[in-house]
Amino acid sequence: MKARGVLVAMLGSALLLNAGCKRQSGTGGSFFPASNQVAGWVRTGDIRTFEAADLWKYIDGEAERYVKAGVRRVSTSDYKFENRTDATVDIYTMKNAEGAEKIFRSEPAVAVKPIQLGDDARLFSQSLVFRKGAYLVRIVAFEESARTQQALLLLGQGIELLLAGR
Amino acid sequence: MSAMRSASRRDFLKKCLTGAAVLGASGPVELLAAAEQESVIVKSRVVIARDAMLRGTGATVESHRMLSLLDRAMQSLFDRENPIEPWKKLVRPGETVGLKVNALGGRGLSTNLQLVEAICERLREAGIKASDIVVWDRDSDEMEHVGFHVSTGGNRVQYFGTDRVDYEQELATHGSVGSRLSKILTQRCDVLINVPVLKDHDGAGVTIALKNMYGVIHNPNKYHPNGCNPYIADLNMLPEIRTRIRLTICDATTACFEGGPGFKPEYSWKNNALMVSRDPVALDYTGWQIIERQRAEKGLKTLEDDKRAPRYIATAADAQHRLGTNDPGRIAVIEA
Repeated sequence: MKARGVLVAMLGSALLLNAGCKRQSGTGGSFFPASNQVAGWVRTGDIRTFEAADLWKYIDGEAERYVKAGVRRVSTSDYKFENRTDATVDIYTMKNAEGAEKIFRSEPAVAVKPIQLGDDARLFSQSLVFRKGAYLVRIVAFEESARTQQALLLLGQGIELLLAGR
Repeated sequence: MSAMRSASRRDFLKKCLTGAAVLGASGPVELLAAAEQESVIVKSRVVIARDAMLRGTGATVESHRMLSLLDRAMQSLFDRENPIEPWKKLVRPGETVGLKVNALGGRGLSTNLQLVEAICERLREAGIKASDIVVWDRDSDEMEHVGFHVSTGGNRVQYFGTDRVDYEQELATHGSVGSRLSKILTQRCDVLINVPVLKDHDGAGVTIALKNMYGVIHNPNKYHPNGCNPYIADLNMLPEIRTRIRLTICDATTACFEGGPGFKPEYSWKNNALMVSRDPVALDYTGWQIIERQRAEKGLKTLEDDKRAPRYIATAADAQHRLGTNDPGRIAVIEA
């Protein structure tokens, strides 16, 4: 708990220092922390946004599930943690909180570690999924290490703060 | 198919004669007649080759172990001692060979680069020029994202997506399907080797060999209703696809039992295996059973109970399609 408190404090300071960063209005892009806005995390890719009608170009095969739940768009970008662990962040903007909850609850909680984040969250060994209001956030890491979960949580908390600031 | 037929027959005869020797039964002529009758039932072979140490002590697939795994799978499928011989049965020098990979799942759940490089190595040793090998999927950026470096021209293996050459203007049609086909398929490939990934699929139930052909057309989003049935089967009936496909090499190194087709590590497992077959229906059926076993192990409902059993597999095997068999009695699953 002590370590978590330190992380949150570090995160809060880091975000305050970057409060003036430019935001991309209406695309969801503003919810993506800039490089080092969250300690150790560097954004390595552009933010790409797919509107509901084009969602299949990003997640063909899964798109219908999101469309049925009322997705408006998804924005995605790649990150790297401490120059070692690659990750992808997807932020789905739904029409309402019920849509985000519907998607969240449709996914089985296998080997999950419950955590306090947003309205509901699941932390796995290599991924973090949480919902907050009309947003559903999925962070997937491509390497597993002893620090992966902690790093995912840190990035998730950074995104949650940005979502709360809207 | 003739190679499969003769191999099965040979195996059957061998077993028959061995049995006869043990039992001291009838003479060889009667035995051969019985064997000939029985050999009418030709089983589709699905080879599953595994290597628990495929990644060594790390997380990445090791190239030399992948090559050995591929050799083991191919030699078993074609019943050959030499690792190059199966490829010589499959392709001829002068043919252009397309490897249809699957990059849609993104990093973590797409066709492994190491597998593709191993296939290319063996194709070249079988007499195919590097520049006559095209590794492709629908989109170059997606391919880049999962580790395939786009490369066109020159005397090297070609890597690019349909976005570079577009789709045919004319619709190709069969049954419920009307689609524009990738020009890579229609204008570049004499032979197609399908290199999909073993995955759960939210709509279709599973996506393995047959559904990987959704990456060949301009409008896959139109074919997801009703569990992609009968669209998947109809699509694979298109002559441009059906006449070119000679083999499926399914990348089952990392497989997905839920939440597919995108990569969700919590629903994936390191299976460290390849599945090869010349019957895509038999391969899909076998892959489906593997996914069901993994789901059961994780305490998840069957796909049937989850109301998304892959019915397209039965459709692909039915009298209107005959793309292969989904009858477990006619599938020989061989662990290599």
